[in-house]
Parts: sequence; structure tokens; C-alpha cells
Amino acid sequence: MADVITYREAVAEGIAREMRRDSTVVCLGEDIGAAEGVFKTTVGLFAEFGPQRVWDTPISEQAIVGAAMGAAMTGMRPVAEIMFSDFLACCWDYLANEIPKARYMTGGQVTVPLVIRTANGGGLGFGAQHSQAVENWALTVPGLKIAAPSTPADVIGLMASAIRSDDPVVFFEHKALLASSGQRPPDGHLVELGKAAVAREGTDITVVALASTVSVALKAAEQLQGDGISVEVIDLRCLVPLDMRTVLSSVERTSHLLVVEENPYQGGWGGTVVSVVADEGFEMLDAPIKRVAGACVPLPFADALEAEVIPTVDKVTEAVRRLSAY
Amino acid sequence: MTPEELLDAYEEMALIRRTEKAAHDLFMSGFVKGTTHLAAGHEAIAVGASAALRPDDYVFATYRGHHHAMARGATPEECLAELMSKATGLCQAKGGSMHLTKASTGMLGSYAIVGAHLPMAAGAAWSAKLRGSGQVAVAFFGDGATNIGAFHEALNLAAVWQLPALFVCENNLYMEYTPIADVTAVPNPAADRAGGYNIPGEVIDGNDVTVVHEAVSRAAERARKGDGPTLIEAQTYRHFGHSRSDPAKYRPAEEVERWLKHDPLDVARARLEAAGVPPETISERDRRAAQVVEAAVTAAKNAPEPDRELAFTDVWADGSATWRT
Repeated sequence: MADVITYREAVAEGIAREMRRDSTVVCLGEDIGAAEGVFKTTVGLFAEFGPQRVWDTPISEQAIVGAAMGAAMTGMRPVAEIMFSDFLACCWDYLANEIPKARYMTGGQVTVPLVIRTANGGGLGFGAQHSQAVENWALTVPGLKIAAPSTPADVIGLMASAIRSDDPVVFFEHKALLASSGQRPPDGHLVELGKAAVAREGTDITVVALASTVSVALKAAEQLQGDGISVEVIDLRCLVPLDMRTVLSSVERTSHLLVVEENPYQGGWGGTVVSVVADEGFEMLDAPIKRVAGACVPLPFADALEAEVIPTVDKVTEAVRRLSAY
Repeated sequence: MTPEELLDAYEEMALIRRTEKAAHDLFMSGFVKGTTHLAAGHEAIAVGASAALRPDDYVFATYRGHHHAMARGATPEECLAELMSKATGLCQAKGGSMHLTKASTGMLGSYAIVGAHLPMAAGAAWSAKLRGSGQVAVAFFGDGATNIGAFHEALNLAAVWQLPALFVCENNLYMEYTPIADVTAVPNPAADRAGGYNIPGEVIDGNDVTVVHEAVSRAAERARKGDGPTLIEAQTYRHFGHSRSDPAKYRPAEEVERWLKHDPLDVARARLEAAGVPPETISERDRRAAQVVEAAVTAAKNAPEPDRELAFTDVWADGSATWRT
């Protein structure tokens, strides 16, 4: 096997590894079988596991996620695909009212071990209804775990943990990262849910990022090194569980915090990270906390316009420079 | 059903009826908070269906679901304690009237978002098919659910995948306060939609426990053979209003009178008597049900409040509610 794998291939590889080890893992979604997924993130699954493990569905998001829930409650570990994360709105009842509450409101009588995978985020010019970063939607609901990997190795490692988890996990695959590549992790590779990674060590400022914004932050850090600013980049990997311990321990060393998030500033996950730091780490800080986030507008179509409203390397370097000059 | 089975079904219906009456009285006297959606009048559907199912089959119900929890083995005491926010409640007082669940007997929950549980039942049926277990999954729902998208998505998926699922509509003629006929394009809100999904659909008397038993038996047999889902529309009537203390004044008096004369308990009693069961034997079952419910009310009233720590358990499968480090 090649040592290098793309993010796109890693999705299918991550699922396949779990399907090989656990016969209760089954996939369902639109165009995921013979067509191998509109983003080609399920390539090879139908050929290897057949129609009894990989099920094509109608365009029925409520039926997809609702059926996954019913199957998860009765002994299966379904992996449901919602093609674009924007379409989660079509089945939001299941994410807001059903899946995260079933265990709690029955006094612990049922478990819902499922994964809802979805292609998230902008950068590919799909316009307002196919480009949103909506990881913050899921963060508003207690009872959902949320993974959003930034590298192929993390896709595989987090997918393994998500599928093995007895809790429901919403798994955001970033569209702008699908063609990126990285090291293929060895068999059995696991990344625990809720463990952030220090993607780059630094001493002057902590930049907290997730999924697509990790590479943005890393590119910015590289440029800023030339200016003598040492940036630490933390890849959260998950929003729930949220690894605030890693964030707080980094801020304790750097005394500066910038959050880079693609979802809108308005209601974005950075607000939660920042509120914890303000609450529990205020005295560590030497400067205000800043957020580079998606603008509070629908995603525009043209590349030039889209770049205006989502985080870019330039926006991050500018924010870091201002913070370090504070 | 044999006379013995029918007698047991009669007793179970009597138990549900008296539990619902007790729930109503407890609500009116301040022992039950929030809301209740009582199923008095709907008993034959839950009891007839349950008698036709295997113990390992799955049942999904709505916020009007007390009868389904009880038909699948929940005791009046567990149910009333849950309604009264007591530690001994079916869901540890974390669910309430609208979420009665008895997972240990396959009653996988009562769901209070209309129609949401139909896809779940399809999913449980899919799981049974994948595992080759021979189980079926049944979704019980109201007439109002037939106009929501999840109903249609679930029926189509179950039909396309030939799932061992039963969809049982409890048509009590009113979606909350509005006649279902006023807001639905077809006369039989559930059964008339079956053709759109190429599955069998039938309208039955939901107040005759033997009729429900037969229809559900047929549909379950069909499902277990691999022939796919069935849609059953069981006509029935609420003895109480939609919820809480709704007096249901919007229902014409003659309609109410007509349906009260077709009470599922009376229908079953007449069938028992026609089968030669002595009236005294039937009344004995009534007395027994009354005693059980009376004892349940006392026990539930005397049960302890839930521990405060329960508010922070069972968000996650490990029992915790931890969302961050």
C-alpha cells in the first residue's frame, strides 16, 4: 500500500477498516453504493461489502437519519451520509430532538451508536446552499459528539473512534480538504474523540483551528515565522468533547489567543471556546481574544466574493500581527 | 383470539382504561405536571396489536403512548410514577408522560415530534432484516402524522427496501383540535396513501380488539415472510380531549355519543359473553384491574423524588454528561 493517501480516500478507508472488523457496521445514503458517492468518499465500499452492507437511499434525509437511529437502537452501527451538510436542515429534527435525547429521556434505556457523515464547508464555489460550514449547528445541541478532521490520518483515526463510539457522532468532512493528501496511518490507527492536536508548536500566540482552518492557520504561522512571531496552532479535531485543557494550557504559555473558524462569527463555535478562556483563563491573557470567522452573510458564489467571507491566510496573519502588537 | 386470550386482552384494556382515568384525576388534582395525552378509548389497538406480536418485536409510539407502554409490559405503577415525577418512574422521571419507554420489552419509546418515529421503526425493521432475526417493527401514530413528511419518507423507504415494518394509524378523527377530514386530501388519511407506496393498506375497526389482532397478525406474518410493510388504519375515538384538561368541545355531541356506545371494553365484553364466558368471570377481571391501579396510585404517590444528580446522567452511553475537558 502506498504511504500517501488523500483525505477523500481516507474517508472510504476509515469506514472500510471498521466494516472489516465489525459486521454490524452498515452504510446508508444517497448515491453511496454503486455510484461510490458524489464526492467519491465511499469508493470501493459497495464492491467490497456489497448491497447488504452499503445501502443506496432515496433523497429522503429524514428517512436516512431516522432509519439510522432505529437501526442503532437495535444492534447495528449505522454510518449515514448526508451528502452536503446544508441538507442536515432537512432532517434537523433527528439531530436536535431525537438522536441526542433518546438516551437521556428514557433514563438510560437506549443507546444510539451511529455516525452521521457529511460534506461541510466552502471554498469550492457551490454557492449559498451547498457551501456552508455548519459545525456550529450541531454544537447547539447537548448530546451529539462532533468530529471534524483536518488530515487524512485523522479522518481514519477519528472515523474509527466515531464508529466504535456508543454515542452519536456527527462527522464533518471538509470539501476543501478532500483532494489534500497525507501519510496513510497503519492499521488499527485510532484518534480518541475529544483530544486536540498541537499541529505546530509556538511560544507567542495560540491559534485554535478546526478542519479547513488548520491548514490556513499553519500557512499563516509559516509566514509569521519570518516576522519573528512564533505561532502555536491547535487542531481541535472535535467540538464535543471539547478539549479545553489543551487550549488553556497553550494559552497559559502564550498569553494570546486567536480562534480561526469557518462557521459564521454569529453563533460560531469560537464563541464557546472564547467564553471558557475568558471565564477560566482571563488572568493568563496579555491581549484581547480575537476571532477570525466566517462573515455573517450567506455564502456568495464567485470565488472572489467567497474569499471575502471565509477565513484566509491573509486575514489570519493580519489578526496575529495586531494581537502581537497589542 | 381464543376466549382465554380475549379475556386477558379485556383485563389489559381495563387496566389501561383505569390507569388513564387515574392519570386524568391525578393531573386534575395537581399530582401530575406538564401535560398528558390520554389514550382512553384507544386501548384495543395497543392490546390487540401486542397480542399479535412476538415478545422480541419492536414498538414505537407517540406522545399518546401510555397504552403502548402498558401493552408491552410497563406496569401502571411505573407509568403513574413517571407522570408524577417519581424516582420509580419508567424513565427515572426524566421522560414524563410523552416519552414512556420500556426498552427491555422492545417498546423503544414514545416520541413527541409528530411522525418522527416512523423512520425509526423503518430503521429497526431494517436492522431486523440485516440480522435475519425475524423480528418486525411497529410504528403507532395518529391521523395527524399522515400529513408530515417523515410519514411519507418512511413508507417509501420501507416499501423500497421491503422492510418487516407495520405502520398502524390510530385515526381518532381529530388532529389535536381540528377534524382530520378538514385538512387531508383523502377520506382515509392513512390507508388511502398506501397505494402511493405500492403497499397494502386497510381500514379496520380499532375498537374491536379481535379485529386489530387479526389485522396485525396478518401484517406481521407478511412482514416476517419478507413481503414488506403494511399500513393499517384503525378507526377509534378519544374518550378525553387532546391533552391535559381539553374538554374537546369541538366534537359534536351525537358523534361523541355514537363512539362512546362503541367502547372497546364493551365490544370485547360482548364478544366474551357471546363465547360463553360468564359475566362474573369478566367482572372479576375488572375488579382485579381496579385493585392493581388503586395500589399503583398509592405506591406512586408514596415513591421518593428522583435524586438531583440524575439531571446530569445518561447524556452519553458511559452514563456521564461531560462535554469538555
